[in-house]
Amino acid sequence: MSDATFRPATDETPLARRALIALAVTGLSVLVLAPLVAVFVEALRDGIGAALQSLSHKDAWAAIKLTVTIAAISVPLNAAFGIAAAWFITKFDFRGKAFLITLIDLPFSVSPVVAGLCIVLTFGANSAIGAWLVDQGYPIVFAMPGIVLATMFVTFPFVARELIPVMIEQGRAEEEAALTLGAGGWRVFWTVTLPNIRWALLYGVLLCNARAMGEFGAVAVVSGKIRGQTATIPTTIEMLYQEYLSVAAFTLAAVLALLALVTLLLKTLLELRHADQLAATHRH
Amino acid sequence: MGRPLVNRSPMPGLGLSMGITLTMLSLVVLLPIGALLLKGANYGLVGIWETVNRERVWAALFLSFRLSLIAALFNLVFGVLLAWVLVRYRFPGRRLLDAAVDLPFALPTAVAGISLTALYAPNGAFGALAAEIGWKIAYTQWGILIALVFVGLPFVARTVQPVIEEIDREVEEASATLGASRLHTLRHVVLPMLAPAALTGFALALARAVGEYGSVIFIAGNIPLVTEIAPLLIVIQLEEFNYDAAAAIGIAMLLISFAMLLVINLIQVWSRRRIGNV
Repeated sequence: MSDATFRPATDETPLARRALIALAVTGLSVLVLAPLVAVFVEALRDGIGAALQSLSHKDAWAAIKLTVTIAAISVPLNAAFGIAAAWFITKFDFRGKAFLITLIDLPFSVSPVVAGLCIVLTFGANSAIGAWLVDQGYPIVFAMPGIVLATMFVTFPFVARELIPVMIEQGRAEEEAALTLGAGGWRVFWTVTLPNIRWALLYGVLLCNARAMGEFGAVAVVSGKIRGQTATIPTTIEMLYQEYLSVAAFTLAAVLALLALVTLLLKTLLELRHADQLAATHRH
Repeated sequence: MGRPLVNRSPMPGLGLSMGITLTMLSLVVLLPIGALLLKGANYGLVGIWETVNRERVWAALFLSFRLSLIAALFNLVFGVLLAWVLVRYRFPGRRLLDAAVDLPFALPTAVAGISLTALYAPNGAFGALAAEIGWKIAYTQWGILIALVFVGLPFVARTVQPVIEEIDREVEEASATLGASRLHTLRHVVLPMLAPAALTGFALALARAVGEYGSVIFIAGNIPLVTEIAPLLIVIQLEEFNYDAAAAIGIAMLLISFAMLLVINLIQVWSRRRIGNV
């Protein structure tokens, strides 16, 4: 046997290898890449002029502004929660830690529609809290606070989940050293902890933001989808689509698809450049 | 008294971090879920049963769980294959393929919903092909299945990938020196090592599919008894301000999901015990 045909015993035959690669590439192209391409093809069906014109419509513009506002409120709040929760969980020892982590992860296993339902039941006008808030002039459901709450519910675990494994791995020694040297609590956080977790934090915020801007089920339930007032980008896409305004619907969809692509690009860059400072499961 | 609730620690910020964590967790997650459970408790088991025990609700629940199971099984097989190809083989475009696996996580569900519908509708690119052999995909249960496969695709691949990276090649070499064929090694040495992670991914994909709404409702056609999923039924009840019925279906879905996750957890414990802790 010549060297050219030598094959380690732990490799598949070249034929099997090629077949598996072909299967993976074809499967992923049909299942995942084709829908992505279809968004842009449908958006540009009547040319780029028609697509851009549909974006300048006032409802589309109101939806974009609302979605950006919602993300600008809910993502920083969830980031603050994620940092606080990760600090509490990784810097202290207390009973019920595993249970607390399970509770934080809970929103991942609850359907977005059920999440929206929960918020309607808690803060809707026919609940005790909701009725009182409406009396005070602060309606939650069918208004912006409800959309913020629904968005925060579905994205709740994202940042905490990225930070906890990283902070467990980094331990407490560096913070303890800083404390011994006389640094105060905030100084330790800003100068020791934050630089250590910044890439993981960015990673979590990135995913949290993508989901916050794209959330549909929970927001559809709590927002009432009032045009120009409580309709976000995803719910506006639904309304346009159901009115057979295909180009307008797919153009807004293309905006979100571009956001998804940018998110994936940044995420991949983070995984390539700062793998050692991300949770171990993202290193490859 | 045994262990104190919180051990003494020199770390600063206990009160602040605990306060923020517990307050926000309660306000955003626990209070709303509590409201659902309270609503269910007020409505009573009999009330929940009477709401759920209707042909249309059973049909929707059965459809949601059956199709989610099939989609998650497909993703189990395809996800393991994807993970294997991405970790073990080097070929042009591998990085791109690796990034594309995450696309269903990043692409909003409403976007996926309308673009899958455009592709698989009778006049769409794939739908037209299927129509030639008389196969209707969009607005049938096939369409729902494709949407559920799409949203659940990354879970198994992403949980199995790190495990394949950690596999010690020497184990496979040992198996080969002992005379096992490559296929035998893969089946009896490699696959068991992947099983617990694959099952975790399967459970996540299943849970995601059961609750999925945005990507499904566009392609489903939403015909009662045929292509109406359980989450849609909740939305319909809410639009009619029928909060009791919506809560009843919501609680039924939560209960069935938890029961399924419990079974999967038990299988996982069992498989871990059988093949040792890996």
